[in-house]
This record gives sequence, C-alpha cells and structure tokens, in this order.
Amino acid sequence: MFVALITQAIRFSAVFLYGSTGETIIEKSGHLNLGIPGIMCFGAVGGCLGANMAYNAGMSNFMTILIAIIFAMLFGGAMGLLYGWFTITLRCNQNVTGLTITTFGAGVFGFWVTLMGEQGVRFYRASRAFTAPMFGEVGSDWFSTMFLSHGTLVYVAIIIAVIAAIVLKKTRTGLSLTAVGENPAAADAAGIKVIKYKYVSCVLGAAISGIGGAFYLLDCTRGSLEPGVIEGMGWLAVALVIFSLWRPGIGIFGSFIFGLLYIAPNYINGVDFATKEILKIIPYAVTVVVLIVISLFNKRETQPPAALGLSYFREDR
Amino acid sequence: MKAIELVGITKTFGSIHANQDVNLDVEKGEILSLLGENGSGKTTLMNMLAGIYFPDAGHIFVDGQEVVIKSPIDAFKYKIGMVHQHFKLVDLFTAADNIILGEKMPPFSIKEQTQEYKIQAANEISALSAELDEKERKKAIGKINNKRNLKTCALPFIKFGKIVAFNHLSRNRAKKIQAIADQYGFEIDLKKKVYELSVSEKQTVEIIKVLYRGADYLILDEPTAVLTPQEIQKLFAVMRKMRENGKSIIIITHKLNEVMEISDRVAVLRKGKFIGVVNTKDTSEKELTEMMVGAKVDLDIHRDLPVNPQPRLVVNNLTVLNKEGHKAIDDVSFVVNGGEILGIAGISGNGQKELLEGIAGLQHVVGGDVIFYNPKENKPVTFFHNDLRQIKQKAANGMFHYPDGSPVDLKGKSAKEITKLVNDEQILYYENEVIDLNKKTPREIQELGIKLSFVPEDRLNMGLVGNMSIVDNMMLRSYRKGKSIFVNRKRPKALADKIIEDLGVVTPSDMTPVRRLSGGNVQKVLVGREISSSPKVLMSAYPVRGLDVNSSYLIYNLLNEQKARNTAVVFVGEDLDVLLALSDRILVLCGGKVSAIVDARKVTKEQIGLLMTKLPDEIERYDYESAKESLETHEPEQTASEEPALDLAEKEDKTND
Repeated sequence: MFVALITQAIRFSAVFLYGSTGETIIEKSGHLNLGIPGIMCFGAVGGCLGANMAYNAGMSNFMTILIAIIFAMLFGGAMGLLYGWFTITLRCNQNVTGLTITTFGAGVFGFWVTLMGEQGVRFYRASRAFTAPMFGEVGSDWFSTMFLSHGTLVYVAIIIAVIAAIVLKKTRTGLSLTAVGENPAAADAAGIKVIKYKYVSCVLGAAISGIGGAFYLLDCTRGSLEPGVIEGMGWLAVALVIFSLWRPGIGIFGSFIFGLLYIAPNYINGVDFATKEILKIIPYAVTVVVLIVISLFNKRETQPPAALGLSYFREDR
Repeated sequence: MKAIELVGITKTFGSIHANQDVNLDVEKGEILSLLGENGSGKTTLMNMLAGIYFPDAGHIFVDGQEVVIKSPIDAFKYKIGMVHQHFKLVDLFTAADNIILGEKMPPFSIKEQTQEYKIQAANEISALSAELDEKERKKAIGKINNKRNLKTCALPFIKFGKIVAFNHLSRNRAKKIQAIADQYGFEIDLKKKVYELSVSEKQTVEIIKVLYRGADYLILDEPTAVLTPQEIQKLFAVMRKMRENGKSIIIITHKLNEVMEISDRVAVLRKGKFIGVVNTKDTSEKELTEMMVGAKVDLDIHRDLPVNPQPRLVVNNLTVLNKEGHKAIDDVSFVVNGGEILGIAGISGNGQKELLEGIAGLQHVVGGDVIFYNPKENKPVTFFHNDLRQIKQKAANGMFHYPDGSPVDLKGKSAKEITKLVNDEQILYYENEVIDLNKKTPREIQELGIKLSFVPEDRLNMGLVGNMSIVDNMMLRSYRKGKSIFVNRKRPKALADKIIEDLGVVTPSDMTPVRRLSGGNVQKVLVGREISSSPKVLMSAYPVRGLDVNSSYLIYNLLNEQKARNTAVVFVGEDLDVLLALSDRILVLCGGKVSAIVDARKVTKEQIGLLMTKLPDEIERYDYESAKESLETHEPEQTASEEPALDLAEKEDKTND
C-alpha cells in the first residue's frame, strides 16, 4: 500500500508541478497571476480536444500526447496573453484580472463538461496514450513501480521544472527576468525589454500551467470529467509557488509533498469521508507555516519578487 | 568637437513645462556641470538623453549625427550612460550581476561568416602556385572547398555554443569588470549583494556598470548628494581620470563649490528654460547664483506687518532621523510667532519634510524639544470638542471653572443640566499653556486640543484619500468624534459645501472623488479643511506646487488670512520670489542645519540662494562679501527670536506662581 501511495503521490504531484512552474515563471516577471486555476481548466479543455482529435485520427501515442500538449499550451497561453494584455498593456489590477480569469475558466470548464456529458463523449480511450508508462513494461519491484511506471507527462513536468530552474538561476535570460520582477525600472535602464519579458513570461507560464490541467484530466482521472477539482488543484499550485520560495527546483520536491498530502487521505483506512476532506487542507496549512517561517527569517533571498503586483510604466514620475 | 548637442528640447507633463526649448552641448573630453534649482528640469532633460523620457519636440545630435533615443537600449547604442540619483540597481543581485545586467551578446552573423569563408577560400585558390598541374590543382581546390564547407556547416553550432556560453552566468565574467574597476581605481567587492553595499559603493557599481557598457558620455545625476567629503574627492579623482581618457561627463549638482572645483563649463537651467553656459574659470559663484535664481520678480503679493507677534511654536535643538537612520534635521532651533509667516527655504531634500513631520509627530525625533505655546485665555467649553462623558471627566479633574472663577463640580448633575450650562457658556476653561510636543503622536497632539494643522507636500497620499469624496475627506479629521456606529455626514457635508463655495473649488458635486479634481482644487480642499479648524499653527509644505497662477494667489491669500488671525504660519516653498514676497522671516535650511534666519523684507534673492547651498561658516571660508551681509542680518534676527523665548520662560514662571 505504501508503494501505491507514493506512486499515486508522484503522479498527482505533476499537476501541481506544472501549475507552480508556470506560476513561478509569471511571478518572476512581477505579475501575480491568480488566474492559474482558470488557465489550468482551459488547458484541460484544450488538451482533451487535442487528444480526442489525434486519437480519432488514429495517430500514435507519441503524436497524441504531442498534439494534446500543443492544444493545452495554446489554450492556456491564450488566457495568459489575455491576462498579459490586461495587466501589462492596460495596467489593470493584477489580482482582479487573475480572479476574473479563474472564474471565467472554471465556468467555461463546467459548461464544457456538461456539454460533453450530454453528448456522451468520453476521453477514456484517448487517455490511454497518457497513462501508458513512458519506459514501457517495467519490473514490478518497488523502485520501478514508484518511479518508472508513470506516463510521459510526469517526466516532462520534471524536465520542464529542471530547465526552468537552470534558466532562472544560471543564465542571463533568467537574470534579466528576475531583474524585471525585482526592479523593472532598473531592468529598463539596463536595456532590458521589460514589456517583452513580461509578455513572454506571462504567456509561457500560462501555457505550462495549461498542460497541468490537461494532464490531470487525461492521466490522473483517465479521461473522466469532473468539474471543480482542477480549480482546487490550481489554487494549491499557486500556494506551492510560495512553498517553493519561487524556485522551480524546490518546487519539484514541494509538489511531491503536496501530492502526498493531497492523496494520502484516500489511503487512510478507518476514517470517515468528512475527516478525509479536512485532511486535504493540510497543504494550505503547510503553506501558511512556510510563509510564517520565511517572514521570521526575513532573508532577502526568500522574499517574493519585490515588484510583484505592481504595474510598470517607464515615464511614471 | 561637439560630442552631444541638444537643440530645442521641449518636454511637458500635463500642463507643466518641464523643459522648454533647451539647447545644450557637450564637448569631447570635458566635464559640464548642469546647475539649477529644484524643479528646473535638469533631471528630466538628462532622462531624455538616457531614453527614460521621450522629448515632445527638439533634436538630439551625437557626434554630429541626429539620433532618436526612444529607450535606454538606444542610449547604450550611442554610448550614453546615466547614473541616476535614485540608483537603478536590483538589490537582490550581486554587484557583478547588476553590472552585466542587460548586456547584449556581441554580434555573430552566420551569413557574414559564410561570406567571409567564401572570400577566404577564393583567396587561397588564387594564391595557389601556378606550377601545379591540372590534376594537383583540382585536388587542392577540392581540399580548400571541402574545408570551407565543413567550416560553414559548423557555424550554426558555433553560434549556438556562443549563445550558451554568453548566457551562462560563469564566474569568469567578473574578470572583465575587475579590469575596469582597477583601471579607474575603484575598490569594490563584486561578489557582495547590492543590499549589503553602502551608498557610495552602490554608486560605484552604477558607474562601473555604465563604463562596462562602453559609455563614452556619462551623466551623473547629483552624485555627491549622498557622499561624504572624502568620498566626493575620490569620485572627483575618478571623474578627472575619465576626462583624461576622453570621456565626456555631465554632472548635475546644486553645490556651487563642487561646480567650481570639477567642471570645465557650467550650463544653467531655470524653470525648465536654458539660461546660459559659461566657462568655469571665467565665472564666480556669485554670477552662477544670479543665473540660477534669476532676477527678482515682483509678485505683488499682499503682505502686512505682523501684528503683536508672540511665540507660538518654539523648536530647540531638534534632531530628526530619516528612514535610513541619517540625521535629516540636525540641531535645529527656531521660533515661530503667531501672526507671522515663517518661510522655509532650501534645496529640496535638505530636511524640510523631516522638519515639518518631526513637529507634527510623524517622524522619528531623537533629540530636542518642540514647545507649543498658547496665550492664556478663558474659553467656553463646547460640545464640538468634547462629549458629555469627557466634560464630566475633565470637570472632575478640575480643568473647568465658572465665569466667577470657582471650580466646576458636575457630580450629581443630570445630562440636561450640564447641556444647559455648556450651551449658556457657563463652563469655562483655560487653554493649555505650554506643551511639549516632542515624541507625541499626531493623535495625542490632537487630543491635547492643540490646533496644529499640517498641509503635507504629498497631497493625495498624506493629505487626502483620492478615492473618497470631498465630504468623506472632511471626516478624516473628525470621524473619531461620533458616538453612533453609523457615520453622520451632516457636519462634514456642511463644511465641504462651505469650502467649495468659499474657495471656489471647481467640482461636479461634493461627492466627487478628490482624485478626479485638478491639482489646484485638490489643494484648495486640503487647505480649506486644515484651516477650517481655526488652527494656532499652520504648517504647509509646497502648497502651490503644480498650481496655476490664480490658485496660487488664492492659497497665498488664505495664508495671509491665517496670519491676520494671529496664527503662526510655516510656509515651505521652492520659489524664492514667492518666499521673499510672502514671508516675514525666512529660515534657510542647508543639509539639515539652519543656515540662517533672515528678514524677508531686507534679504536679497542671491543671498538666500547662496545660503541654500552653503552653511554660513563655509561661506566665510570662501570670504564672500554679500554672504557676510546676510550673516549680519542673521544675527540680530537670532537675538530677536530669543527674546520671545525668554518672554515665554517668564510667563511660565508666572503660571507656576
């Protein structure tokens, strides 16, 4: 049972990892995107449509996954572009814009689920491309089951997070992006195209988050549609960004802990349904504790980007 | 040769002309000082060179070529680098990271490289010795071509490699930066995070950054404002070294002695307009001051002689720390009399803000006293300032008395009886006589019944709430008086309507958010509210900043009205003409110290201009004649202001008796 728990935890952690990596990239540019839950819902819609299309066209597993990812990224990225246009060009309030996108995305997702249910569309078949283990049939020992038996997108999530961590920490692109989020005026004076960086990070981050939604529907639930869950997981992804101290590398481990806490109640015997639901708040509680701890230490490196939530306009006086 | 030439540059922000038709040029290898009072548009002008602002009109020439500078990237392209007054550094990064931030990769074009290989190969072929026979020749050409093709094929990989290598933040990059630092003799630990650096080290990082990016034309915006004298000398040494290396430097500064010391030429701006440029060796500080402040303009502001000036606010040895923990106000003493306007002059940032906020209890006061003095007076108790409970409590403390002098005892009296007594003005009280305001919060000051009004510099952030209506803004000062849990807007609304009518505030209604009003009307609302409580002391910081002429005169009249009401008015201004025409006495601040307190009716604009830039003992060192004159006017003033202080002590004795 322990092996099954860890296996499931790793699987679910990928959802959080996609969401938090995307959100970290956005927040590094100084934009607090609370629309991640909505964007993940959009990504889920796009991913399912793409996967279904590719499956119906009789494409291979690899192509199905690729097309699903592209669709999820397009749908998520489109919402990211909308968010960017509102907050970067029009300089709207970021929190309001983000929450609007969340409400909008969740609503559209609920509508779409109902529509699909009425039409009797199922994604179970298409989802087999996703649940198929990436490394083929592996042994049934604990190591292989825990780490090697997952679908492709679990590993893709980790690869994306690692790349994001390296880019942010080790390259000039990451340095410039961090500068934009810390002090846009300084970045601008240093010749960095602030608006471009903000747009790219908003769209790219949203696109990566979008994959998370698609992954949840097509892998975790094997194509069965349930409204409401993705939104909740999206909020956890936003919390995970804080938990991981804006570092995708830590996010990999953080997402595992969140996945474990999220899935563990289902594996505890002898407690009723209500208690299990209460146990699911643990990730949020942990995030609050982390926030308190980083405030106590008050180290500059663990603080959120300094210009988070602030609009930038060069000729401001 | 002209390095940079600005022709007819104009920039407006809304209705304010920051720069108007400015012409300026810098030669190669010279240091040009840009001199001007605050708000004369120096920084705006330089920001247009650095690509932060875009000019509304005018032309910029670099090396004789007309250029368009739309962004800081363009400025770097034309080798212009600016060290901003408020450093543009990312605190979280190391010094080295800040320096390389935004650096562009050296250009590497596959197309050009291919072309180059082609030419190279053709040269090699033509260089083949003619002695070779056909077969050998073909073989050799094939060899050369093969080599060329192979090299061309490798180009994308080389480019990719270069991009990766450039983008990778390796530790070796510090070497190039260190070389620049060594060349100019900067001492800096590049691995330190910026938030760990001192102010002068931060400035060093900014300068190295500009040099690293290959700037030949440097703009330094008030670089000496934050430095100690030793650090200033170090900076000047570096600047001289840069000049030797053929770089052109524009330095923005207020300090005349530095201008004389470092620059080759001086350009003067006044109120956004270009006044002129002079060679430093042909000019004197006096001439520069005259150029900076301009000829005296007669403003025709009405000014009465103070009637019966009595000390109202006595400030002794006040020391206030600013946010960074430096002394913003250092050992300042002065007296404000009732019925006079005390003008405060000084280049902005020399402690005006901290002085007023220190008195109002908003800043961290570390030493000295602020004593509020009020003439003894019997006044009837009203329900305006006290509710029933407070009246009972104060009566029990023996604070009230009847008109015949016997103490008031309200024990056992019903609310109705007390109300009647109050309404008939039968209960009187002595106003507080001498109160030390030091280390009291604004609320405590208010609760003590001291009518201290403060019109802060930042109207919409400190004075009013932009999103609230005029009526609600009136309530900001009185909301604690209410007893009900619901808000009663009756009295604030009456007050708001009165202010709108009396001061001619142009507004759609009294429920319009203040934010939507124009600057002048916002100021009228704020000043109107502050004087509505009939203050004993009215402090106003830059009350006419950004206002048109009519609104300004209305504010001057309001201040004069308060003066006639025997209020002590403190007026911090930036326009010397206004200060000279409106104030009775002028206190000149320089570097947080009192440079002098002078009689506004006698002093000249140049004397004030000089006092603003230097403390009197420094002036003496420069042996400047007119400065001595102003010192002479200063001394009798000081004794004059001490007299009332003695007077005050006497009165204190009397009350003790």
